[in-house]
Amino acid sequence: MKFQVIIIGGGLAGLTAGLSLQKKGVSCAIISSGENALHFSSGSFSGDCPEEVVPLFAEAGVVLKGNPAKDSWRFTPSGSMQKVRLAFEDVTLYEEDKIKASKVLIANPEGFIDFPTAFIADGLSQQGVSCKVKSFSLPCLKTLRESPSEMRSVGIAKKLDCRINEVAGAIHKLLDGEDLVVLPQVFGLTSPEPVRALRDAVPAEISFIGTMPPSVPGIRVQMQLKKAFEKAGGTFLMGDTAVSAEISDGTVRFIRTRNLDSHILTADNYILASGTFFSKGLSSTMQKIYEPLFGLDVDCPTERTQWYSEDVFAPQPYMAAGVVTDADLHPLKDGQPVTNLFAAGSILAGEKNAGMALTSTFKVVKKIAL
Amino acid sequence: MTLQEITGSAHNFEECMKCTVCTAYCPVVPVNPRYPGPKQAGPDGERLRLKDPEFFDEALKYCLNCKRCEVVCPSGVNVADIIQEARIRYSKSKPKLRDRILASTDFMGSMVRPIAPMVNGVLSLGLTKSIMDGVLAVDKHRTFPKYSFESFEGWFKRNAEASQKQYKEKVAYFHGCYVGYNFPQLGKDFVKVMNALGIGVELLDKEKCCGVAMISNGMSEAARKNALNNSAAIAKVAASGMRVLATSSTCTFTMRDEYPELLKVDNSAWRNSLLLATRFIYEAVSSGRKKLVFRDSYKARIAYHTPCHLEKLGWGIFSTGLIKMIPGVELIHLDSNCCGIAGTYGFKKENYEASQAIGKALFDDIASAAADFVACDCETCKWQIEMSTGNKVLHPVSILAEALDLDLTAEANK
Repeated sequence: MKFQVIIIGGGLAGLTAGLSLQKKGVSCAIISSGENALHFSSGSFSGDCPEEVVPLFAEAGVVLKGNPAKDSWRFTPSGSMQKVRLAFEDVTLYEEDKIKASKVLIANPEGFIDFPTAFIADGLSQQGVSCKVKSFSLPCLKTLRESPSEMRSVGIAKKLDCRINEVAGAIHKLLDGEDLVVLPQVFGLTSPEPVRALRDAVPAEISFIGTMPPSVPGIRVQMQLKKAFEKAGGTFLMGDTAVSAEISDGTVRFIRTRNLDSHILTADNYILASGTFFSKGLSSTMQKIYEPLFGLDVDCPTERTQWYSEDVFAPQPYMAAGVVTDADLHPLKDGQPVTNLFAAGSILAGEKNAGMALTSTFKVVKKIAL
Repeated sequence: MTLQEITGSAHNFEECMKCTVCTAYCPVVPVNPRYPGPKQAGPDGERLRLKDPEFFDEALKYCLNCKRCEVVCPSGVNVADIIQEARIRYSKSKPKLRDRILASTDFMGSMVRPIAPMVNGVLSLGLTKSIMDGVLAVDKHRTFPKYSFESFEGWFKRNAEASQKQYKEKVAYFHGCYVGYNFPQLGKDFVKVMNALGIGVELLDKEKCCGVAMISNGMSEAARKNALNNSAAIAKVAASGMRVLATSSTCTFTMRDEYPELLKVDNSAWRNSLLLATRFIYEAVSSGRKKLVFRDSYKARIAYHTPCHLEKLGWGIFSTGLIKMIPGVELIHLDSNCCGIAGTYGFKKENYEASQAIGKALFDDIASAAADFVACDCETCKWQIEMSTGNKVLHPVSILAEALDLDLTAEANK
């Protein structure tokens, strides 16, 4: 099967590239080996973000708050403030390094342990903001609690999204003059409507804060982007893995996938957006870190002892590992650029964040569709 | 030595990162609180079961074996294989009479075919449905697929076999129980389309049910017998260089992937020779080897539903690719959701409500698509969608048989 562009990786970089190209009339296939890092998203992007992402996502129904070129702050589940550029609409952004509230209610569905209310309360009191932690319960959550593995963010969202009035009622009962309600991100799995409806129904600002994975807003955004990509005519190969590639004369000739075996996929251009270790964009042996699909040149410390820093909170050198490219983002193989291959997102060597993933993605999109 | 050899598990449970993405996409979890979810039932439970089989939980029977957990797993863990294998290894519950009847598609088909009109009549009676509901726990809302008076093989021998000799190029056809006993028309359409492509059709030497219904009803020994039979029959044909084609996505998936993974039947000699008909036709046409000539008058707005096992195979692109070749077609790709029937699962009284709740997202999607009909490669999805939405469901091969100018296509492939 032939496409104009084949994208390896269906995460933030791959989906953004696919959607953007497909909207410009370039036929794309995305090969996605299982679900991606959006499923673990905190709900915000840090690092310099390209402006183009805001209107592109808006067309897919994804509202991004904030300024792509200027820092805002969000309150994190560990109780600290974090600099970000853009955020999903669930997140509340502040212009400065301080929460804007005089009295806060932290409300958690009873029995939900993936939301660290004590950290949040501690962080708020360090900022000198008074708060109280309360739990609320609804009859529909009883069945979830019977099975401990189901009392997770997504399971709760599936129950609560169609009962926003009941949730609003329960929160209303807990309110006692608070001007901010902190809730876990357990609303709005298939559409942002429940998030908006809850904000409309509760007479205080609501900030939805990240839970342990999976990320409800992350899954929603992934679904919205994938849907928009397919609606624009894109082909999404879900659950398939690119297993080998043919390169000759510095050009990718075709790709083989696990599911399509003998049926090769060809394209004019290829984008490698396969992420790092978790998504197997990078692999390692005891001796080396390598890029498994094309065998591209990888920038990382050669000595294994240099991969780690003994300070667990310090940046770990292995996390900056990635492929080396020329100025046009063509990855190098044996020192030579592969001319119809581009790299985008966290597979690139260096510091990794969503802003860098999006910036490299739009740069590649512009190279392919002038 | 591999880690699997050390742990004693046949599957890669230790690669699970506990991210819970599988559970987030499991269609059963939101509708059945008794099901522990794929992470718990699969890799988490495997750890415990290897320690002590007493940890096996009979609630694993609620797994649909739709494989959606495997499709979404970021770490490539064979979650559903772990669950199904645990059922095979550890379950102590014996299949009920009802389960044996539902799973024995071959046996039932050959027994009732000679008296098909009577059986169809009796099965559709309200009284029969109530008795089956009460006595056998087959849900009364279900309409049993009708049995055909003439089996596909009978029709083929009488009407088609002789004329297949004129074709130099040949394929073998695995028709499956559904085409065999319930809906020979799809098999007839398949023969029509292949003949128009200039390809003759042969049947396998005594094909048996692929065994998927037996696997899901706890009859793995019987399933393995069928698998060995089919494996020998396919291997014989494949050794001569012939392709074996099937129209059912679930039969294809079962024989390619469940035979080696769950039933431990080595199919490496013929696995790549067994293809879904749509893939074979798509490849033949897109490579320019074969030509399709369509009727100008064919117009349709078609909504395509990807069955779970086709999603897992990753071959939906061939079916949609073929339909998109028809000039008069407007194709709507439905969001990939399980229809809820999962073979015999939805026929069981205890699963009926869950089955319909699982399918709701798909049914709503179909309603808003406002298509002339739904296209789908799976027979049980067809029953479920037809019963639950009132929409007609056609197999892509039947759509081709209708949309092609068969004479001109045959001419073009001479």
